[in-house]
Amino acid sequence: MTTKTAPAPTAVPPAQSRRFSINPRQSGIYVAFALIVVLFAVLTDGALLQPQNISNIIVQNSYVLILAIGMILVIIGGHIDLSVGSTVALTGAICAVLTVQWGLPWPVAVLLTLLSGALIGAAQGYWIAYFGIPAFIVTLAGMLVFRALTLTTLGNQGIGPFPDEIRALANGFTGGYLGNIALGPLGGADLVSLLAGLTFVAGFALSQWRKRAARLGYGQVVEPMPVFILKIVGVGVVVMAVVVQLARFRNLPWVLVLLAALALGYSLMAGNSVFGRHIYSIGGNLQAATLSGVKVKAVTFWVFVNMGALAALAGVIFAGRLNQAGPTAGMSFELDAIAAAFIGGAAVQGGVGKVVGAITGGLIMGVINNGMSLIGAPSERVMLVKGLVLLAAVAYDVWTKRRA
Amino acid sequence: MSDDILVMRGITKRFAGVTALHEVSLTVRRGEIHAICGENGAGKSTLMKVLSGVHPHGTYDGDILFEGEPCAFDGIRDSERRGIVIIHQELALCGQLSVAENLFLGNERARRGFIDWNRTNHEAQALLDRVGLRANPTAPVNDLGVGKQQLVEIAKALSKEVSLLILDEPTAALNDDDSQHLLDLLEGLRDEGITSVIISHKLGEVTRIADTVTVLRDGKTIETLPAKGLSEERIISGMVGRDLEHRFPPRTPDIGEEVLRIEDWTVHSPAQPDRVVVDNATLSLRRGEIVGLAGLMGAGRTELAMSVFGRSYGVGISGRVVKDGQEIDTRTVRGAIRHGLAYVSEDRKRYGLNLIEGVQRNVSAAALDKLANRGWVNENEEYTVAERFRKSMGIRTAAVSTVTGTLSGGNQQKVVLAKWMFTDPDVLILDEPTRGIDVGAKYEIYSIINELAAQGRAVLVISSELPELLGLCDRVYALSEGRITGEVSREEATQERLMQYMTRGQS
Repeated sequence: MTTKTAPAPTAVPPAQSRRFSINPRQSGIYVAFALIVVLFAVLTDGALLQPQNISNIIVQNSYVLILAIGMILVIIGGHIDLSVGSTVALTGAICAVLTVQWGLPWPVAVLLTLLSGALIGAAQGYWIAYFGIPAFIVTLAGMLVFRALTLTTLGNQGIGPFPDEIRALANGFTGGYLGNIALGPLGGADLVSLLAGLTFVAGFALSQWRKRAARLGYGQVVEPMPVFILKIVGVGVVVMAVVVQLARFRNLPWVLVLLAALALGYSLMAGNSVFGRHIYSIGGNLQAATLSGVKVKAVTFWVFVNMGALAALAGVIFAGRLNQAGPTAGMSFELDAIAAAFIGGAAVQGGVGKVVGAITGGLIMGVINNGMSLIGAPSERVMLVKGLVLLAAVAYDVWTKRRA
Repeated sequence: MSDDILVMRGITKRFAGVTALHEVSLTVRRGEIHAICGENGAGKSTLMKVLSGVHPHGTYDGDILFEGEPCAFDGIRDSERRGIVIIHQELALCGQLSVAENLFLGNERARRGFIDWNRTNHEAQALLDRVGLRANPTAPVNDLGVGKQQLVEIAKALSKEVSLLILDEPTAALNDDDSQHLLDLLEGLRDEGITSVIISHKLGEVTRIADTVTVLRDGKTIETLPAKGLSEERIISGMVGRDLEHRFPPRTPDIGEEVLRIEDWTVHSPAQPDRVVVDNATLSLRRGEIVGLAGLMGAGRTELAMSVFGRSYGVGISGRVVKDGQEIDTRTVRGAIRHGLAYVSEDRKRYGLNLIEGVQRNVSAAALDKLANRGWVNENEEYTVAERFRKSMGIRTAAVSTVTGTLSGGNQQKVVLAKWMFTDPDVLILDEPTRGIDVGAKYEIYSIINELAAQGRAVLVISSELPELLGLCDRVYALSEGRITGEVSREEATQERLMQYMTRGQS
């Protein structure tokens, strides 16, 4: 095994790379997102960033973002899930039957729906993990089967309307429990929303600070203080800008609260838990993971169970938003979720990707959708642009990898 | 025609700021076998890639004169047209296609775009005869062993009317018989007037068949020597730039009581469940002992090790694994690890490392639970552990976040060893621990193995290189056709004796 490109091992002076460096593959996506937002803000004369529009972008894309969180884990594990669109439809229908037809209380119905989603994931996970059929095939079959079951369940018609609580989860806003305060020229804004935003930013800053201090305590290389402060301030400004706009409109959408919790929880899980690490190691090198004692089958199985449960959550929210479970719900959602994951930096071979990346990828598509419809672009052009963005994102990924 | 078929002058090749070749010169005489020796990273493969056009003209500085004419190859096809054929270390054959299809791949025997199967198979047979390979041209290449596949590659080169044949580590994956046959074939081709350039780590082969040896070190030509009367030690001193007095670090064995005993171990092939791969093998390891497992390729060495380690290979497994006097359950990898077993695979890229992750995450991969509290990993502890192994094992990398795919073979192997040392095993099974590793790094790996034994662990070393087993081990088992055919102590062990055992019972 002589080396292929043969750089002498001594060629990298250790002193140089002890410095902190920024990974272009991971930061590129955030830069691209910022550029796209600026571009459409200019093209739409600022309409993109109006309070109501920001709220719309979040609510309209919430279910795809939830799917993207599950999908990124599936893709990191080296698999794919084509069935999530049909699962969204089927679980939406199940939720409709439980609430509308059976009259179950909404928390029970939602819980049972999530459970049925997990069962759907378990059924597919069994064939993939324990039987060894490629996920592409199993979930392609699932896509057809669950769509068929949706039609059977619904009897080819929509079921609605949903209880108010479920609609509120999908479409509603937090109440103005503490009233409004005046923000000068911006007018009145909801105090609870603002406080929630501030708490979030403060929590973020504190946890980052503690993480940095701990790393320093262990003698690790950390980012220089100006970069660190810039990062905290940057995140704080963006979060507060969004929150202020939302507080001026109708407070925080409930789905945003839900999404923030999911994003936080799943980021921690993927990066810092043994389970999350095992997903990365399986996607990175299946054989090496197996020989290192990773329970490859069990981990794969649970990744699909999780995907099913998240798809069910997306199903409830989508149905709640339309106030009806329909037979065509969730059509091609799987493609949006997969595209979000790959735009967000996942690798086709698996082993690479971040939850926050997938969410950013989903938001990039959401902003393109929204911005282009604001400037009156026809839907075929939106599709064209989204396709090219996906290709460009992965091409950039391949290009940076090749240069490395 | 001049006597020199190939002259490379002042070749300099850079990759992203790193100089891989610096003013390298190489002169190959017509009709000789010319060996190129050097450590990993010395630039051997890069030089051959420059020659064959893999690195096209314009991406390097310097001149190439072939048959006295300057060359400017833009790709492999250019160089092949001139009769220069390179056979890479990783064979480039399509396993599902037949031998004949592989021979003429990209060079099909066709009439108006349609394959002429009669001519294809007929000419294939002639080529196979020429390289002495008894195989059916219509059989899929996958049905042949690695040794025979190597011959198919050479036959493919011959089909292109080769005048200069370049072989990159042709015998690295071959057993002694196949290597022997290959070397004989090269000598036969030399008599037919075909010049060969061979890159090899196996210095015994180099001194046997080469006419001239060129030594590269750190991307520079160090010397070109006539091979006649050249000793391996002389070549090594050129490769490492210093006299390597002892190839093995000194060690005083301190051997305790038996720690692991594998009894009546039998394993069947998963592909053919009625075929016995390991046959009633019994062996034992003691604390602080380094034990060798010798065997030809296909003897069942790796299969024995992997079947013990969590039944990672084989079906119909029977037998007992006894540790410290008690039978243990090694049916799963986790169970094997829990009972203090570790297995370092012969193929570290496929079975050992997550090549897209850094050193840190690879080192922790087999014992992540040790760094976790209720399922949450303490990354700072993980960093500390990785950093400790980086220093103690001399893993040469800028930081523990460096992706392992970019490390040299020796450093990758150290990462894999660190991963298993972190599980704190009592017994380590090291499968070809120095395969594809250069001489300097081998010494370091041997030192690590000695250190492991000194800590009271038992080490089982599987190796194809008999001198390695003789230099390293306190005891050596010989395996032939799945059976333990002999056991010799350090004092009685000789290559000849082991070879006798290793070939016992073979037809």
